[in-house]
Amino acid sequence: MSTATVEDLAEVTAPEPFWTRYRRLGLALILLGGLAAVVFGALATSEDARFTLTENAEGAALAIDGRFGAVLFGVLTVAAGGALFAGVLKRHANVWLSLGILTFVLSFLCWQVAGEFMPLVDTTDGTLQLALPLILGALAGVLGERSGVVNVAIEGQFLMGAFAGALVGTMAGSVWAGLISAAVGGVIIAAILAVLSIRYLVDQTVVGMVLNLFALGITGFLYERLMQPNAQTYNQPPQMPEWRVPGLADIPVVGPVLFEANLLVWLALGLVIVIHFGLSRTRWGLRTRAVGEHPTAADTVGIRVRGLRYLNVLLGGVVAGIGGAYFTLVATGSFTKNMTAGAGFIALAALIFGRFTPIGAFGAALFFGFAQKLATYLSAIDSPVPSQFLNMLPYLATLIAVAGLVGRVRGPAASGQPYIKS
Amino acid sequence: MTAETTKAPKTSGPGFLRYLWSANNFVLTTLSILLAVLIGAVLIIVSDEKVLEKFTYFTARPSDALQASWTLVSSTYADLLKGAFGDPATFQKWFAGTATWQEAFAPLSETLTYAAPLVFTGLSVALAFRGGLFNIGAQGQAVLGCIAAGVAGFSFGLPIVLNLIVALVAGILGGALWGFIPGLLKARTGAHEVITTIMLNYTAALFLSWLVIQSGIQAPGRSDAISKSVAESAQLPSPGGVLRVHLGIILAVLVTVAVAWLLNRSAFGFEIRAVGANPHAAKTAGISVGKTYVLLMAFAGGLAGLGGATQVLGTAHALTPSVAGNIGFDGLLVALLGRNKPWGTFFAALLFGALRAGGNRIQSYAGISLELVTVLQALIVIFIAAPALVKAIFRLRAARATGLGVNLAKG
Repeated sequence: MSTATVEDLAEVTAPEPFWTRYRRLGLALILLGGLAAVVFGALATSEDARFTLTENAEGAALAIDGRFGAVLFGVLTVAAGGALFAGVLKRHANVWLSLGILTFVLSFLCWQVAGEFMPLVDTTDGTLQLALPLILGALAGVLGERSGVVNVAIEGQFLMGAFAGALVGTMAGSVWAGLISAAVGGVIIAAILAVLSIRYLVDQTVVGMVLNLFALGITGFLYERLMQPNAQTYNQPPQMPEWRVPGLADIPVVGPVLFEANLLVWLALGLVIVIHFGLSRTRWGLRTRAVGEHPTAADTVGIRVRGLRYLNVLLGGVVAGIGGAYFTLVATGSFTKNMTAGAGFIALAALIFGRFTPIGAFGAALFFGFAQKLATYLSAIDSPVPSQFLNMLPYLATLIAVAGLVGRVRGPAASGQPYIKS
Repeated sequence: MTAETTKAPKTSGPGFLRYLWSANNFVLTTLSILLAVLIGAVLIIVSDEKVLEKFTYFTARPSDALQASWTLVSSTYADLLKGAFGDPATFQKWFAGTATWQEAFAPLSETLTYAAPLVFTGLSVALAFRGGLFNIGAQGQAVLGCIAAGVAGFSFGLPIVLNLIVALVAGILGGALWGFIPGLLKARTGAHEVITTIMLNYTAALFLSWLVIQSGIQAPGRSDAISKSVAESAQLPSPGGVLRVHLGIILAVLVTVAVAWLLNRSAFGFEIRAVGANPHAAKTAGISVGKTYVLLMAFAGGLAGLGGATQVLGTAHALTPSVAGNIGFDGLLVALLGRNKPWGTFFAALLFGALRAGGNRIQSYAGISLELVTVLQALIVIFIAAPALVKAIFRLRAARATGLGVNLAKG
């Protein structure tokens, strides 16, 4: 393994190696774009692909010839990749990256939608709704990770949140009581995670995985004992109302999605911004990052390492619990056993894919939400692309990201390690 | 206790493992099970409306509520034991000649049936743990094992014995492939195996749910998601009738012996333990850490794949999206409970199998959800993993606790 040290040295002496992260991403985009232009273009029919601004096939629509669109957007992807590779406007490399991904997706859509129509309002709305728990779960992960506590129990927090939200929401007859108890449900799991991993120094991943099974068991048990026999009294929570902001709601596409929405949408978007600024601009954020990167140094300057970790993990529990409320108070009208079905792990994937930042996690969650929405849309139009493969996308994307095939993701340095004051 | 805490400076690495092994013993395991059973009892009581009603006038007549709670809890746990080890009433009937011996031993057979795949997935996690890797991917590897063994089981039509061996080997290879990938990524790029294996778990599950509805795989004439049945010659032999137990449990004993030998006696096992104890020191000593990681993960994957194979060839006999159940994640708990020792894992798997078999009985007899068992399992492992917590609850001194009793792994 002496090669590793040689590489380390080389990195120190040569500040800019040729294969930077953006070069690799650029190359990947060029290859993907070429693939899109050739394969999607060849497979697409020359019928119109209609993207309607309404709920159905009628009304105003953006239409483009399917084959032409697939080729055009594929070529644009190549162009974006080329710009990234050549280092044009280097400071805005992320813009090129987003454009590349966007045009690739559009090329794919032109192929699939040719001869059909895709209602944009429905698609955007569905994307955001499916992404909601992912955003909240990933933010919970951000809070924990940045202070050095790995949270793989997001799934368990979702389940407890969803369960508590349904149970208390029904018994109190109030959706707000449900929302608060969902947060409490998330905090319960977070508290066990915090105590066991911070005080009792149990491996954080081990605790997290066991807690997932614990949450699955206890919610499943109480569901079958209490909720299933008496759904009326325990499992019919009121649903979160949709609020309409007059004026703004009339903006096409964006209006009905963002301004005719339930509280969770605004809460999730607000939290992204709050946590982003909190982490980067406030005293709490600086301390959190210090504790996550180098707890000993943080302790030396008087930061209470364990206290801050407790606080952040519990805050994460609140956020993830609210994410769990989405399942029972927004998406469906009742709790069912194991209803989150791995969403917590997609949130974990979004957290990693988003490079442990709130904004990144938000983008990744939207992307994964879109993949899920697309999977249902494609199966509705009898597409040859199996929905299971689209649903694999979050996992495969994360796998590629952590493997460093296109720029490796690195978490906070002290993440996963307990802090023992010596 | 303070001495103990300072002894565990790292959680993810070998320090944590040594802490787990040295601090735990028979007493601690028993106390953990006891605590879990107590919490389970509370759950049973608070989820029963009739008993709860009696608690509303607790101050007036406490005996009513206590009596009802005791009856409910004791009958539930009695059912659990009967479902796991056998019902004395059935044994009496057998002696009286009104029931067959098969019926008397059916609960024990169920226990062994559920335990068999868990031995393999548990060993998979335990082996990886000893090398310092946390193999959460046993679930995905088991799924791949199911797929490979199932497809091999209904495709080839080979003669008896040979067909079974080919299907089992296919299962091992399928799982090994799914373990090899994270091992390779870890060795080559340093990608953390926890993250990669989690992602591969769900990829495998989605792939299986896609595969079973493809023509050529799906059972002809069926519209639901189920594959063709595994050929009789590829199934693990079983006594049949009410006894579902199959050759898998014998295989499990043999594999446990093999893994124990591999880990404690072979050169590769030494490398695994050396890398697990301290990768830097192992590297200095001339062990290729990367190669060990890759081989170890492929090995662990193969074990989990074999677990999946026994599930398909022994009990399910056809692929469905949920054919692997939860055996991979349960294997995680089993390995932790068995403290990552081969025989410890084996007996932990037996305990989990017994709980599962008993859980089926309380579900059908007392109408108490099978999920109680999941709660018990998770709680036992939480307490096992946090010995300091158990000691704090029972006010045990660390020195006393470590000195007492025999090691579960040896018994």
